[in-house]
Amino acid sequence: MSITETMIPPQAPPPAPPRPYTLSRFIGSVTLGVWLALAVGIFLTVVNGWDPEKFSRYGPSFVSGLGVTLMLVISSIVMGAILSLPVAIGRMSKNKIWSWLAYAYVYFFRGTPLITQLFLVYYGLGSFRPQLEAMGLWWFFRDAWNCALFTFTLNTAAYQAEILRGAIQSVPRGQHEGAAALGLSQRVAFFKIILPQAMIVALRPYGNEIILMIKGSAIVAIVTVFDLMGETRRAFSRTFDYQMYVWAAALYLLMVELLRNVWALLEARLTRHLKR
Amino acid sequence: MSGLFAALFSVFAWIGSIIDPLCGPVGVFRWFGSGTLLACGDAGWGDEIAYGFLVTASLAIATLPVGLVAGFFIALAKQSNERSLRLAANIYTTIFRGLPELLTLFIVYYGLQILVQQLLASVGYEGPVEINAFFAGMIALGLVFSAYCSEVLLSAFKAIPHGQYEAGDALGFHRGKTMRLIILPQLVRIALPGLGNLWMALLKDTALVSVVGLPDILRQTGVAARVTKHAFEFFGVACILFLILAMISSVVFSALERWTKRAEMSR
Repeated sequence: MSITETMIPPQAPPPAPPRPYTLSRFIGSVTLGVWLALAVGIFLTVVNGWDPEKFSRYGPSFVSGLGVTLMLVISSIVMGAILSLPVAIGRMSKNKIWSWLAYAYVYFFRGTPLITQLFLVYYGLGSFRPQLEAMGLWWFFRDAWNCALFTFTLNTAAYQAEILRGAIQSVPRGQHEGAAALGLSQRVAFFKIILPQAMIVALRPYGNEIILMIKGSAIVAIVTVFDLMGETRRAFSRTFDYQMYVWAAALYLLMVELLRNVWALLEARLTRHLKR
Repeated sequence: MSGLFAALFSVFAWIGSIIDPLCGPVGVFRWFGSGTLLACGDAGWGDEIAYGFLVTASLAIATLPVGLVAGFFIALAKQSNERSLRLAANIYTTIFRGLPELLTLFIVYYGLQILVQQLLASVGYEGPVEINAFFAGMIALGLVFSAYCSEVLLSAFKAIPHGQYEAGDALGFHRGKTMRLIILPQLVRIALPGLGNLWMALLKDTALVSVVGLPDILRQTGVAARVTKHAFEFFGVACILFLILAMISSVVFSALERWTKRAEMSR
């Protein structure tokens, strides 16, 4: 019988087993390498093809194109939001005619490509010139910018109406009943109780819709509006320099990523009372 | 052998011309469009537009499997244990979800052209190179579709409980077999509504490829509009054709959804 007088001295843990070199690790390294090579390649072509004269010539037009894109997106989103309210209400209305009309509107604008709608307005309404002149609307539809704004507003109104309807219908019925029990009028209940709760649900889809509009706005370049894409195409057709597209891509990516991150912060801030 | 293929091809073309919904013997334009601008043959633009309809539909259908397979593997990469793989996949989706589809198309179209030109120049061929618009459109739309598809599939993967994988392990299945027999059937069921939305977006994005010269619905109606000066009518027809495609797809997708949920319904 023996008694140990001393404790076992503390020992270092055994070394971690080496990470196995798996197939996924290999593919990951290779694809990362491809991305890195692409980034370096683009960087090198930009550096090699750097031309201060080109930059001073096309830089300002890129900035003005960016302004046109932002202006178009912001104004169509805001006007579409205003227009979407009656459409969403019509979609939820018990009146067959209203709900059917709103449904047809939404189905048309969500079921056809934005570019087709733009052509329909820009080229199509051009063939009704005498009638439009008689109505005094020709000055509006003569301009490609106005046509783009008009089409985008109608298009985004259809999408936003669906977002709004989904959000409003996601508010539980008890909230309506609670408002009625408090003796609030329908109007007050809608604007003070239902809409604020619906807006929180709608926040993420709204962000996606704005991103879709930023991306979709590139097609106005085809109907001679010089937004970011239009300026890019013009610069490319004059210089045949592939860099122009790289710059445009960087600017679009910057816009979208910025909006996405701002939106994530906004959502985190606005829904902090819902966190548990 | 080539004679056999030619014969097969002509048989398929003949069958296609019989069941053509727009300009076939029982086509819409043939019955209701004769004497108007939409008549078939040399008298009107019916057959040109019918061809555009075919091109649009086949571009979307040709892009779908490419995008689905690529999106599946990107979704797998995104939930991998390997950091580098996740990072690479996330870069991919960030880029292709952030770029406008039109810009992606231009980058692919002109970029491929420059690339092929340089490759051919290095082997000694100096001449104009033109990339097929259908091919470029397929690649560009496939890139965009796969980026979105990977997000849809990733969220569907997350909805499948971990016990399902463990059940596969307990049955002694190989990882591939677990994926094929246990995970994929559930994945399809969960992801189908999201994939339906993506398909609709893909269908609408095909209209952009007309900008680089693919003779699709929009291009053909645009040519007709320019020649005849009846722009509103022809672009209206283009809208209606896209609506018809959307309606057909929604019918097909609701049927598919019912089919994947047939086990739940019988309960």
